[in-house]
Amino acid sequence: MNAPEIAKILPPDTLLSRPFWEGCRQQELRLQHCADCHQFQFYPRIVCSHCDGSDLSWRKVTGKGRVASFTIVRRGISRAYEAPYIVALIDLDEGPRMMSSVVGTEPETVTIGDIVEVQFNQWGEDYLMPVFQKLEQI
Amino acid sequence: MANLGSTNKANKLSGKVAIVGVADTEVGVLPDRTPMELCVEAALKAIGDAGLKKSDIDGILTCNSMVQPLMYHAEAMAEYLQIFPRYCMAVGAGGGTTFTAIHHAASAIATGMADVIVISMADTMRSGLSREQALKVQASTGHPEFEQPYGPTVPAYYALIAQAHMAEFGTTQEQLAAIAVSTRQHAALNPAAQMRDLITVEDVLASRMIADPLHLLDCSLVSDGGSAIVMCSAERAADLPHDPVYILGAGEGHSHEHISAARSLTTSAAKEAGERAYNMSGLKPSDMDFAQLYDCFTPTVLVELEDLGFCAKGEGGAFVDSGALAPGGSLPVNTHGGLLSHSHPGNPGSMFALTESVWQLRHTAGERQIPNARHGLVHAQGGIMSSHTALVLSREVS
Repeated sequence: MNAPEIAKILPPDTLLSRPFWEGCRQQELRLQHCADCHQFQFYPRIVCSHCDGSDLSWRKVTGKGRVASFTIVRRGISRAYEAPYIVALIDLDEGPRMMSSVVGTEPETVTIGDIVEVQFNQWGEDYLMPVFQKLEQI
Repeated sequence: MANLGSTNKANKLSGKVAIVGVADTEVGVLPDRTPMELCVEAALKAIGDAGLKKSDIDGILTCNSMVQPLMYHAEAMAEYLQIFPRYCMAVGAGGGTTFTAIHHAASAIATGMADVIVISMADTMRSGLSREQALKVQASTGHPEFEQPYGPTVPAYYALIAQAHMAEFGTTQEQLAAIAVSTRQHAALNPAAQMRDLITVEDVLASRMIADPLHLLDCSLVSDGGSAIVMCSAERAADLPHDPVYILGAGEGHSHEHISAARSLTTSAAKEAGERAYNMSGLKPSDMDFAQLYDCFTPTVLVELEDLGFCAKGEGGAFVDSGALAPGGSLPVNTHGGLLSHSHPGNPGSMFALTESVWQLRHTAGERQIPNARHGLVHAQGGIMSSHTALVLSREVS
């Protein structure tokens, strides 16, 4: 059975995070924002991880951040993931950290601290995944 | 402020429980053995080593097998052995399972839930996994929605930690490689180890890059094998054949599950686990004659050396450069050869660090015996530096 190996891994559909993926389809990165403590959080939860508040709403964010760490995967997880590719942790300007990839550049040119901006790549038929590209350093 | 536990005098656990029997199966490539067979074999040998009979056992702890997952794993082993325990549980915390289970078993004995507990774990990750299972194991660590789709492999998660440590503290690939080298030096002294040929830093750096900066030889083995111990009260241990090895301190720390949600990439909850274990034992890092540290990849050892108090944060690389970890060093680390060179059958991996620690503290470790070893620290973690347990073991009851 080869099918599971050649398809990219897709996020399971949940009601809670549907606005996140809908945002991606509209080319915008959205995070949950807490009305009580005014902080953002990621991944989405039913409570605010900062203050336990439950008055959470989705907000479009800048999509800018920095590379907190990264690795160049030389041996891919399956044939659907063509190595080398980058797995990175991105610290978003709004605070939260997310796992993602850095694309559009030679992997060897990426360094921790790089300023990056979100873009959206097709993932299977139904999903656009947020990935990041390096911005020219000022 | 984290509660780092009570000190020795106030707690009910320190020195109350001992390890009285230990056994490993053969490790390496065992294509004709099932995980349950290895688990049972290890358990029976450990019970025999303790000078006990099956009928003395009233508690069983196991971990599940990835190759042969069972809904009721511990109960299945009890049934196989025809033991009818009053305490029976399979524990699941990845690589941290081993010492978390020991912590629970010690508490169960101290509180009277069981008198004599066998803890047995085995798997056949090398020979038994189908391709589909192997892919599932690789993919199962990350957050299903927000990590797994990016295709992180298990080495990739740990590479994120290594890169962060290198960027923050100037740690080098050579220093990571030196951990693999000293671990292999220990394994060369252990006839049971899967990989015994000496390697150099150059060999590590010349091996295939898996996920920058981790080379193939920075990564642990994939093995088949099993290991078991028997625990009981310190009073009862006094009547049994071997020198008891006492649990003087036990501590856990749990900071996250997913690496993207870790509090820090370079400081782990091994810090709290170690402080809790030291506090309970009344001992400190400099009292340890050896340390067995979870070494699924070389950077974990570096971070653990710092977090468990053997050197200051950021100085792990320099500590490795000092030669401390090697045979004859000031802090021999993974004296059996660790997950890097002895074996790594998956969740049971750290059991071999535990049985080795018991042999070191009984003074029966043969050619690799650390002279006059009195106290040792063992540590394991599961997840991606997520779930940590540290134990302070001693041949002295206080």
